[in-house]
Amino acid sequence: MIRLGVPSKGRLMEQTFDWFASRGVALSRSGSDREYAGRVEGAEGVSLVLLSAGEIPRELAAGRIELGVTGTDLVREKLAGWRSDVVEVAPMGFGHADLILAVPECWRDCEDLDDFASIARDFRAVHGFRLRIATKYHRLVRAWLAHHEVADYQLVDSQGATEGTVANQTAEAVADITSSGETLRANNLKILGEEPILRSQATLFANRAALGDVRPFLAQLGVEA
Amino acid sequence: MTIPKRDKQAIGQRFLAAFREAGAAEVAPDILLPADTLLDLYGEDIRARAYTSTDPLRGEVMLRPDFTVPVVQRHMAGGAEPARYCYLGEVFRKQDPGEERPANPRDNEYLQAGFELFAHDREADAEVFGLFHRLLAPYGLQAVTGDTGLLMDAVRALPLSGARRDALLHHLWRPRRFARLLARFSRPAEARDLPSTSAPWAGLRGEDEMQARIDRLLADRHAQPLDPAWIARLERLFAVRAPLPGALAKLRDLVAEWTELGPAVLRIEERMAMLLAQGVAPDAILFDASHGRQTMEYYDGFTFSFVAPDRPAWPPVASGGRYDALTAVLGRGGRAIPAVGGIIRPGLVAELEAAR
Repeated sequence: MIRLGVPSKGRLMEQTFDWFASRGVALSRSGSDREYAGRVEGAEGVSLVLLSAGEIPRELAAGRIELGVTGTDLVREKLAGWRSDVVEVAPMGFGHADLILAVPECWRDCEDLDDFASIARDFRAVHGFRLRIATKYHRLVRAWLAHHEVADYQLVDSQGATEGTVANQTAEAVADITSSGETLRANNLKILGEEPILRSQATLFANRAALGDVRPFLAQLGVEA
Repeated sequence: MTIPKRDKQAIGQRFLAAFREAGAAEVAPDILLPADTLLDLYGEDIRARAYTSTDPLRGEVMLRPDFTVPVVQRHMAGGAEPARYCYLGEVFRKQDPGEERPANPRDNEYLQAGFELFAHDREADAEVFGLFHRLLAPYGLQAVTGDTGLLMDAVRALPLSGARRDALLHHLWRPRRFARLLARFSRPAEARDLPSTSAPWAGLRGEDEMQARIDRLLADRHAQPLDPAWIARLERLFAVRAPLPGALAKLRDLVAEWTELGPAVLRIEERMAMLLAQGVAPDAILFDASHGRQTMEYYDGFTFSFVAPDRPAWPPVASGGRYDALTAVLGRGGRAIPAVGGIIRPGLVAELEAAR
C-alpha cells in the first residue's frame, strides 16, 4: 500500500486534489469536514493520509508515508540532509512563496545584503547586541547568511505575526515566506533586492527508500522520479 | 576500530599532567554554559555548532562547545597575571549537514586537553607553542603557524579612509566579504541614489543611526580608488606559505615596499628566536599567512595548529593562538588581558598511537 500524505485543509488541499484529479486520480475527504480520513479513486493500492503540511516532511523522512505533498521550504527547513531521505518528484505549480529577508521601509540606506551587513555591524556597535532577525526558518536563514558571510546578527524565533516584530521592537528585520508581499508592505517592510533565500512551491515528494514501490503510481500520474 | 573512552581519557590525563608540570592550575568549568555570552561572542555560527537546551530558571543553555570562554571568565573574575590554567573534558559540537547527510559524521562529543596562559610578557606565545610542540613531538605532526596581527597591520596600512579600513578589518575573517569590499574600494566610488520614502519610522534602529551611515556613504563618494598595486601586495601577503625561515624572507621582501609591516615582521622574527631557544627547529614549522583567517575570529595574533599529514579529513590534532580580542569583548570594553592558549584532542592522539 502506498500512503500519500496531503495537507489536511485549505487551499493547499483543494489545489492538491485538483492536481491529482487532472491526472485521473480522484482524492476526497470521506465523511464530514472534521474527519481527517480520505478516499482514493482511480488508482490501485494508494491510500490517502491527511496531515498538517508541516508534519509531512517528518512523516516522509521516517517512511510512515511513501509520498507526500508539501512546500519545498518546509522540507528544507525541517529535514537536515533532506536529499538523503526524500526525493523531489514533481513541482506542482501552486503554493508559490518566496522566503525573503525584509527590513523597515524607512531604512532608505538599505537596498541589498551588503548594506544589511554594514548596518548590522553599526547596530551592534551602537546597541551592544546583535541585530535581530525574526523568523521561523532558522536553518535556511542561518545557512544563507553564513554563505553570504553576514555576521553581527542573531535570529529570534517567531512562529507567527512575524511582520509585526519590527514595530513591536522585538526584531529589526524579518525573514519570512511571502507570495504577494502585501502583508510586508502593510507593515512598512521592504524586501532586500536579492534573490530570495528560497523559492518555494507545493511539491510532490517521495521517501527515497520507497522510490521503487511508488514508480508505477508516478508513471500513472505522468511524472518520473 | 573504536578506541575505548577510558584509553582516550588516559591519554588526556597524560597531557593534563604535563600542563600541570608546566605550572598550570587545573580548572573544571561547567558543562552547561549560559547561552547568551556565547551567542554574543560568536553569533549564529555557534547555534549551528553547539547543542542548545532550555532551563526553566536560567533560560537558554549550551553544552560546552569549548573551554576558552568559561576559563577566561573565571580568570577575569579574580585572577591576576601571570596565570596558567589547564583542563580536560568533553566538548560537544553538532554538525548541520546541509542538503545531504555525510557518510562519516564527525564526532559530536570529544575530549579536549587545554592550556591557557594570561601574561603580559612577550615570551608567552613561544612558551605555549613550545609546550605543545614538545608534547606532540612523538606523533609526526606538521606544525602550521600564522599571525593575524600581521594581517591586521597590513590592512591598517592601506591608503584608505578610516571607514573603509574599519570595514575591512571587521571582515578579515570572512574572506568573500573581505574580497567584495576590496573590489569595491578599488573601483571609482559611485554616488548612491538612495530612495525616498514616506514610510513612518519603525523599529529600534534610530534615525540618527541611519543618518550617520548616510553621511559616511556620502563622504565615501570622494574616496580615491585603491591602487591595484595594493591589492596585488595583499594577495602576495595572504599567499605566503613556507617553512618559517623562508616565509620570513618573503615577508622581509614585502616590507621593502610596505614599511608598515616592519614591526609585525620583527615580532615574528623575535618569536622565531624564542622558539629556537625552546629547542624548536624553525625549518620544520610552516608559516601560513592566511592561517588565522580560517580560525576563530577572536584569534588576533599568533595562531598555530598541528595537523596529521596523512589524515587529510581530520581536523587539527591541536590548535591555539592569541586571543586578546576575546578578553576585550568579555571584559565589556573595560579590561583586556593578553591571553594565549591551545587545546589538544586526546581522541585523535589515541588513534595515532593505535595506528603505530
